[in-house]
Amino acid sequence: MTDCKLTINGKDYTLKVEEKWTLLYVLREVLGLTGTKEGCGTSDCGACKVLVDGKAVNSCSLLALKMEGKKITTIEGIGSSDKPHPIQEAFIEAGAVQCGFCTPGMIISTKALLDGNIDPSEEEIREGLSKNLCRCTGYVKIIDAVNIAAAKIKELK
Amino acid sequence: MSLFEHNNNKYKVIGKDIKRIDALEKVKGTALYAADLYMDGMLYGGNVRIKEYPAKVTKIDTSLAKAIPGVVEIITCFDSRAKKHSWADYCYMTDEVKFCGDVVAIIAAESKKVLDQAIKSIKVEYELQKGVYTVEDALKEDAPIIREKGVGLVDGLPSREKKGNIFIDSYYPVRKGDVVEGFKNCDVIIEREYNVPFIDQAYIETEACLVYCDPKDGSITGESSAQNPFFTRRYLAEASGNTMSESRLIQRTLGGSFGGKEEGVGVQIGRAAILHKATGRPIKMVNSREESLMDSSKRHPFNFKYKIGATKEGKVLALEATLIDNCGAYNNQTQFMNWRSSVHSAGVYEIPNVKTDTFGVFTNNVHGGAMRGYSSPQVIFAQEQLMNELAKELGMDNVELRRKNIIRQNSRTATNQLITEEVILEEMMDELLNRSNYYNKKNEYEEFNKNSKSFKKGISLVTCFRGAGLGAEGIDANGAFVQATEDGSVIISTGLAENGQGLQTAFAQIAAEPLGITIDKIHFHSVDTHAIADSGMTVASRGTTMGAQSMKKAAERLALIIKEHVAKKFCTTVDKIDCKDNYYYVVDENFPSNYSNEKKVAFKDICNERMWGGEQLAVYEWFKPELNDYNHHTGQGKAFPTYTYNVCIAEVEVDINIGSVNVTKVTSGLDCGTVINPNTVRGQMFGGIVMGLGYAITEEIELNKGRILNDNFDSYILPTSMDIPEMDLVLFESITKEGTFGAKSVGEPSTEAVGAAIAGAVSHALNKNVDHLPCSLESILKYMD
Ligand code: FES
Ligand code: FES
Repeated sequence: MTDCKLTINGKDYTLKVEEKWTLLYVLREVLGLTGTKEGCGTSDCGACKVLVDGKAVNSCSLLALKMEGKKITTIEGIGSSDKPHPIQEAFIEAGAVQCGFCTPGMIISTKALLDGNIDPSEEEIREGLSKNLCRCTGYVKIIDAVNIAAAKIKELK
Repeated sequence: MSLFEHNNNKYKVIGKDIKRIDALEKVKGTALYAADLYMDGMLYGGNVRIKEYPAKVTKIDTSLAKAIPGVVEIITCFDSRAKKHSWADYCYMTDEVKFCGDVVAIIAAESKKVLDQAIKSIKVEYELQKGVYTVEDALKEDAPIIREKGVGLVDGLPSREKKGNIFIDSYYPVRKGDVVEGFKNCDVIIEREYNVPFIDQAYIETEACLVYCDPKDGSITGESSAQNPFFTRRYLAEASGNTMSESRLIQRTLGGSFGGKEEGVGVQIGRAAILHKATGRPIKMVNSREESLMDSSKRHPFNFKYKIGATKEGKVLALEATLIDNCGAYNNQTQFMNWRSSVHSAGVYEIPNVKTDTFGVFTNNVHGGAMRGYSSPQVIFAQEQLMNELAKELGMDNVELRRKNIIRQNSRTATNQLITEEVILEEMMDELLNRSNYYNKKNEYEEFNKNSKSFKKGISLVTCFRGAGLGAEGIDANGAFVQATEDGSVIISTGLAENGQGLQTAFAQIAAEPLGITIDKIHFHSVDTHAIADSGMTVASRGTTMGAQSMKKAAERLALIIKEHVAKKFCTTVDKIDCKDNYYYVVDENFPSNYSNEKKVAFKDICNERMWGGEQLAVYEWFKPELNDYNHHTGQGKAFPTYTYNVCIAEVEVDINIGSVNVTKVTSGLDCGTVINPNTVRGQMFGGIVMGLGYAITEEIELNKGRILNDNFDSYILPTSMDIPEMDLVLFESITKEGTFGAKSVGEPSTEAVGAAIAGAVSHALNKNVDHLPCSLESILKYMD
């Protein structure tokens, strides 16, 4: 086991980890941050997406040790317990949530997309979500949610 | 007019775009799925499997694994504590490995990592046996017999007189009229064969459970990603040896199921229970994606052989067919599912002479089970391609052929059921033809194809129907509990389960409507088998249409109790009391919906009064529908109380050099009976279309001697946000006296016609008979050869 310093949702952690542990393993098994889901473990579904320095990445395929010095945000770090983030509100309003298993990953991808581009076109939204699988919704209402979220965020600015 | 948006809605909460009541925790990431549960002292359970099948295991060497620190328990199939057979055909563990999902040993370890290492360290010796993998091979005279209970064919039909690989309990004949006579009067007769593959439900959440002993009462408790909690409890009780009353199953938030989280989840919880008994510690089991693909049931592959005949005017007079499905090595679904296949085997057409035989065969593959549609996506594909071929042979327009033969009010189905209810199928067809600009596009595409070398365009319409609920397959009974509390909030619970489809919200609406309360006052308590009685399974899209009947009954009775209370208060009679927006009021004859008068009282105040007065505030109700009169030997009789009708038009562009199919648009029309929640219905329809697109184009479990080759999402390809077509959804309503508030099924109809419509459009584009799914790159290139 090696010492590992991670910054997650603005909090600093010093943990003992093994070389081969993925970021996903540490989030779920060590820290109990279970909002981040595992759907494949092979970087093919996007359920485990987190933000690393603002980029949406699959935490199942990143080694925890390599994450030192980076800013990690999980779904637990989006919005606060009494006030959901506008993206989260938009997902509810649009009816973009069915079983909800893909939802945290979708919200992370949406955050990364809108942080970089507050006026995405339909094509850009689809592209931004293309690494997140959803089996329930057919993606339509998720795309609607991204549009609604963009409008909400612009209004706040 | 039957268009939903044109109908005047007479309800307060039903038919409204109510937001899902379970969405907030899901967007926050706080909803707890089974894999998110942790407990002090918890161990991780896992399975040991082999990679070739069928095989007889001769020896299992656990010494290396036992030596790994953190390995707590290993139970092999030779261990006296290993329970082998489950009540539902499948094995918890076995030394006679029949398919890729069979487990030869189970392990409990202190961490996931140790567990993975231990699984790899187990050495299994086995003798490989001769296997059977295809329907064709399984039916050969000299095929190895896979299951003791399998029977053979006599005169082409399953018979107990002979041994073989046919799963006799899954055999359903349909005999209507006389096909020999019928064919004699036909001007045109065609015969076609169709095939469809195994596909996976591919819910994004894999199967998971946590099993522990409840310190409060000693019950063995399983929290699970179970689609059918009561069904899963049966495995928990059996494997642990506890009574049902000491086995408790709690359903956790479910990350999708679509029929898949039944048997696999059951044997998983059984294995966890065995490990729990052995170690006395909580056991968590979570399938990896690879395990989920190996172990969980699949949509059945079918081989269809159809013969159909019609007059030259296009009236279909006779249909004869054999529908054979590949069940895999074990099965607990085909014997129910094939009944549905048989009922729908002649499509949504009135045909005077029908003879069909539907049965499954055992093979050494993964098992077929339930997957959204329960055989309908397969049957509709074959059936509708057949109709397109018949139209071609007759030189007739596809749609006109359907128009001449579709079921209408007072038609008789293949099972000779007289349809007495309103049928809006033709109206639906016309609306969709219109909206999609079908005929113009058809001509335009045909013109385009004449001049285009690389790209071909096509459009196709599919019609179908679906028996709502279980019908004569089982008893569609259910119970519900509604309890009001002193502050006017209400807890509802039912034996049916939220599987991601939006059942909680629909049930909350159904309870809120008669109670005259707003949706935010309702809390839906998910299934806990210690808190509510068994209501059968949440399957067959029965949740809302049939399963909510008891919820409606219970809410209505509670509303009546409250009304009696209010009537007494205002010295009037119950019929003068109405309720709305959390108030009960005396109806003013002149302003019936006005409750701003003096004579009103808040629901919460009545509840409070009743609570302190020791008066009843809770109601449990049971609903059992009339039994259908159906003869399973002839396949004749009333199959279902009501049917959902469905029309789907797909448009495609095919690149014939590469073989790729681009679905450009899908127009989908659904007869919902009554729309309970348009938002949820649309969500189901969008999801259903995209799932149907996967079935049509990319999805197929690739097998080599029973081994699954594409065992993760890099090779089992699901549609992404880049693949979705333009989608136009049309919601229709119709009158039915069945179904809760007149609601019909939605979940499965949303997807069942889509694969067929896309295949039809590809056929139109290529001018070929697409005879199998999926329309993969290789298949398209082959058609063009
Ligand atoms: S779990 Fe990481 S991409 Fe699927
Ligand atoms: S909502 Fe179920 S996977 Fe997306």
